[in-house]
Amino acid sequence: MSETPQWLDEEAGAFVRPYALTRGRTRTTGETLDLIATVSAVGDPPGGLGPEQLAILRAARSPITVADVAVELDLPVGVVRVLLGDLRDHGLISVTSPNAEGPRPSERILKEVINGLRAL
Amino acid sequence: MDSVLSEDPVALKILIAGGFGVGKTTLVGSISEIKPLRTEEVLSDIGVAVDDLDGVEGKTTTTVAMDFGRITIREGLVVYLFGTPGQERFWFMWDELSYGALGAVVIADTRRLTDCFPSVDYFEQRGTPFVVAVNCFDDASKHSVEDVRIALDLDPDVPVLLCDVRRRTSAKEVMIALVEHSLRTLTSAN
Repeated sequence: MSETPQWLDEEAGAFVRPYALTRGRTRTTGETLDLIATVSAVGDPPGGLGPEQLAILRAARSPITVADVAVELDLPVGVVRVLLGDLRDHGLISVTSPNAEGPRPSERILKEVINGLRAL
Repeated sequence: MDSVLSEDPVALKILIAGGFGVGKTTLVGSISEIKPLRTEEVLSDIGVAVDDLDGVEGKTTTTVAMDFGRITIREGLVVYLFGTPGQERFWFMWDELSYGALGAVVIADTRRLTDCFPSVDYFEQRGTPFVVAVNCFDDASKHSVEDVRIALDLDPDVPVLLCDVRRRTSAKEVMIALVEHSLRTLTSAN
């Protein structure tokens, strides 16, 4: 076995089914993470984390959305959610809900978005 | 209800809906940097036992690709676009997607207008602000905006626009119309 095992085959795709990374779990413990919730790594990662968890913590060194983590790691959102849920449970990431201010954005923000779109 | 913590980054979500092959991907690509977002999801929650030891929960999964785009308005204010899955069997994903969404663009093709009925119904029922963007395909007959409004039985305040999703300026107009509509909905509710 080589030092860096290749779990991907160009023809066949992943050797490992995506949810093998989550030990078969398809749901997070606790609150479901919104696709645009922002996650940030907190503190130094302890030993014993898997490569995916470490990759997430690297990606989340500056705040990043759940959807962006999935794109960056090229993993399905469902898998990323479970892994993020674990990291959250261990206090290794902090999560900011996009709807902390209520389900709808403020008038001021919407006006700013309209002006921003016009300027594109 | 202006944000007191103006330092907090704000992320907004806009959904792009409509029938299969109607131009959702093109619209997202016209106005933002598009990335494919892979979602491997359980097809049905029925009969899914939560038992980590078995490791067999949710065997019926499928991979769905969602279009995902990002428009940075300024640092700390980003609009995310999500193309909703075009097939009705993936609707289980919509509830979570639409939660907290600023609004939705329903793309309509006049050659098969019925394809967008489910999307219109869905957003009407959810109370999600939406606009209907009629994608003018080259060989499409030119229906008037009013004809489309009548055919879809839309509320008078729902904006209907003709557009060409391939053109950035057109895609921009659609987005602006949606955010303006969302703003009107917000202010009239207060």
